[in-house]
Amino acid sequence: MSVFSQATQERFQTLLSHYPVKRSALVPMLLFAQDELGYLPPEAIREVGELVGASELAVREVIGYYSMLRLEPAGKYHVQVCTNISCMLRGGDDIYRHCKERLGIGHKEVAADGVFSLEEVECIGACSWAPALQVNYDFHQELTPEKVDEILRDYRKKAAAR
Amino acid sequence: MADNPTLVNITVNGQQLTAPAGTLLLEACRSAHVEVPSFCYYPGLSLQAACRMCLVEIEKMPKLQTACTVVITEGMVVRTDTEQVHRARKSAIEFILTNHPLDCPVCDAGGECELQDMTFKYGAAESRFTEPKRHREEQQWSPIVYFDRPRCILCYRCVRVCGEGMDVWALGVGNRGVAASIIPNHSDHLQCEECGMCIDICPVGALTSGPYRYKTRPWEMKHVGAICTFCGDGCKTTLGIRNDQIIRGDNRDKSGINGDFLCVKGRYAFDFTQNPERLKQPLVRVDGELRPTTWSFALETVAKRFQRIKSAQGGFGVIGSTRTLNEEDYQLQKFARRVLGTNNIDHHRTADFPALATALAARTNTPGTALPLANSSSLKTAKAILLVGNDPTNQHPLLAWNIRTAYRNHKTRLYVLNSGDIKLRRQAFRMAVIPAGGEAAAIRFLNGEADSVPAELTMVGGPDPKRWPQTPPSVPQKIAEGLQDFRARLRQEQDVIIVFGAEVRGEAVRELVAFGDTLPGNTRYIALADNANSRGAADMGLYPDLLPGYRPVADAGARAHFEQLWGGTIPAEPGLNLPQMLAAAAAGKLDALYIAGANPLRLHPSAAEGLRKAFVVVQDMFLTETARQADVVLPVLCSYEKNGTLTNTCGEVQAQKRGGMFEGAKSDLAIIHELAELMGCGFGPAAEDKIFGEIRANVKGYDLSLVQLLAGRSALAAPLNETVAHRDDPELIQPNNDTLFTAGTLGRYSTTLNSVMERRLQKESK
Repeated sequence: MSVFSQATQERFQTLLSHYPVKRSALVPMLLFAQDELGYLPPEAIREVGELVGASELAVREVIGYYSMLRLEPAGKYHVQVCTNISCMLRGGDDIYRHCKERLGIGHKEVAADGVFSLEEVECIGACSWAPALQVNYDFHQELTPEKVDEILRDYRKKAAAR
Repeated sequence: MADNPTLVNITVNGQQLTAPAGTLLLEACRSAHVEVPSFCYYPGLSLQAACRMCLVEIEKMPKLQTACTVVITEGMVVRTDTEQVHRARKSAIEFILTNHPLDCPVCDAGGECELQDMTFKYGAAESRFTEPKRHREEQQWSPIVYFDRPRCILCYRCVRVCGEGMDVWALGVGNRGVAASIIPNHSDHLQCEECGMCIDICPVGALTSGPYRYKTRPWEMKHVGAICTFCGDGCKTTLGIRNDQIIRGDNRDKSGINGDFLCVKGRYAFDFTQNPERLKQPLVRVDGELRPTTWSFALETVAKRFQRIKSAQGGFGVIGSTRTLNEEDYQLQKFARRVLGTNNIDHHRTADFPALATALAARTNTPGTALPLANSSSLKTAKAILLVGNDPTNQHPLLAWNIRTAYRNHKTRLYVLNSGDIKLRRQAFRMAVIPAGGEAAAIRFLNGEADSVPAELTMVGGPDPKRWPQTPPSVPQKIAEGLQDFRARLRQEQDVIIVFGAEVRGEAVRELVAFGDTLPGNTRYIALADNANSRGAADMGLYPDLLPGYRPVADAGARAHFEQLWGGTIPAEPGLNLPQMLAAAAAGKLDALYIAGANPLRLHPSAAEGLRKAFVVVQDMFLTETARQADVVLPVLCSYEKNGTLTNTCGEVQAQKRGGMFEGAKSDLAIIHELAELMGCGFGPAAEDKIFGEIRANVKGYDLSLVQLLAGRSALAAPLNETVAHRDDPELIQPNNDTLFTAGTLGRYSTTLNSVMERRLQKESK
């Protein structure tokens, strides 16, 4: 029994056909796997490993290497604050500190209610609009602490509405 | 590498060097005794260039280069002793020590730590790092493997030896950068072969072994190069002895036929020597109960009783061991034939050595004078290997290691014919999975011309095992195709080494040798037997119909030779074999059974009742099920507590050196000699070297170089070139089918072997 949806499994097959060596498809497969499950549980690691012909340990080595791959569930909304050079020059550190205070959690932590998780990340490629943060796959730019409060409020409402 | 590699000239520190093309700079330097320090480089494993210790200056190259990855080229000018190189080494050590705790005073590796040595020699006394060191608690990954993460310098030796060397792949690297760490395959513990290779290869004290940790210091031990007493491969295990007790086993000096390889038994199973159940006093049955007594009383009891039976012309049976030394086996059969006057002598047979000797003697096609027997290390460079039966990964870990090494370093083509999906399939070039018992039919097919596959072979996987799914396919229509392809490819191979297990016996051995004769080049053979001296027991004549050196007891010439040597007569009639002796005892036809280091009741439990009818003397370390039926039990020393020689399954003779001591027990040799003396037929002093001298002069193939043996090297014994008239008793060959964690009777008494999780899982799955 697969832990993945039909669509993801098909996507895996397409990815596997893209490379001469199956293992090359490992990182993109893990990203899709994580998108579907929110994190990479042992069953997912096992299944992906079998598909590319790698041991569970070998897959874990790859996951450990890439900080964007998670072994623990993140919050519903994963807040990723950039503190790299451009954002740092324009107050990224303050934004990150503000998020920590507002959410009451630190780096790679999940709030008790599971709505938010926080991560200090490297450059997210939004230097022209620094400081910036990313929530799941959405970008929020030219931030101020007030703007951050607004953004977090919106997401909290969204979470409550569901 | 080619047979005649071209030579390349380089200059190192102004000195001219010549080495074969393809040599790594680091190896070239070391071969000329120019020291190039390194942590991550390890001969035979893939290159890593992780530690940066081996940086050297090479002319016309802009930066310092890692000598472990640079291949020498003609005219290369190298400097390893400049200010710049010294600075680089100092920095490398400073960097490696960033998080290393320098807890040498409590670390197991202290005194034999490569980092300690190099810090002492090249390192800086001060560090520019002022940040606190990252500490992590130690982790226990198995009863054997412990991991102290802060000590780890991330050289990846353990990862590579586990994967590439052992083909286990149980260790990996988690995270990266400063957080990178070695991780086990089951998140917080290991499931593996528990070989301990990772521990011994660790240049620091990051990986330490449960049985040894915090017990002692390397300089407090005496180090004795002994031969492992478990399987038939004859690995050297360097025993660390303190106060006459064995504290550890390893082979860090790589002095044996096994290089630095050892399996879980060679490294850790010596602990049976200190098992509390070990017998410390002779036992004699009084009023139906075994009671402790003195040596003199026990020996006199045996001698008197034997003498009485002998005078009354009663029947004797003698069963020898497959773990005792050659000298003891030789004297035991001499005792049986000369003192007791019987050919009723046998041992637990696990390979058909006489059949191989017969087959090789009968060969007509003998190319040159090359020996038709292979030693263990010849597997490492073989062009092609045919493996029939057995599972070397479990039963012959060293030979499996050598086969894997050959595959890795020389692309050796391995042909596997087996009834199981054995692990060496992963290295196989061609593999045919046949039904159990189909080996003889498969060999006939290989040796024949017929394209039709015998009816017994209903299943075959193939042809290319690399393309198999998880388990071999059982597609009937592929049978013929698979085996034909197997045969066709094999026939093109040259200088094949044929390795066969207990599945191949009697006629099948002769058929296999006949097939080997048709192959081009010099075909060589290895017969696989289970125990440390199974081959020695066979060579020394622990057979009812064979004298030492496979000379038939029925042959008057052979008999006359030994009669003259021993001064007495040897019965002309071949005697009873092991099951026949047990049956005769049950039928009341044997008056006494002398069992030296064997436990026949393990495989013949129903014979227990019958044994009570005879006078049974058992020599053993433990009160085995056989010893429990005995009238007299004599406690013996184990192999690690004796001097002498052992012959491994390939025929390699090696000197055994005494490491440990055990109060209260005697060697089998001493007991045999004392009994002979008491029975008025003295064998002279129980001196191993004198007896080995007699063996050298009188056992075919044992005229080996003493210098070689005394220097701790092996010499290949080839008891060949005689027609052997031997009864084929294929049913007498009963392999133990041991795993890595079992070893016949002896394995029961090792705490470590029984403590690992893999052993429990094996028990549960049965």
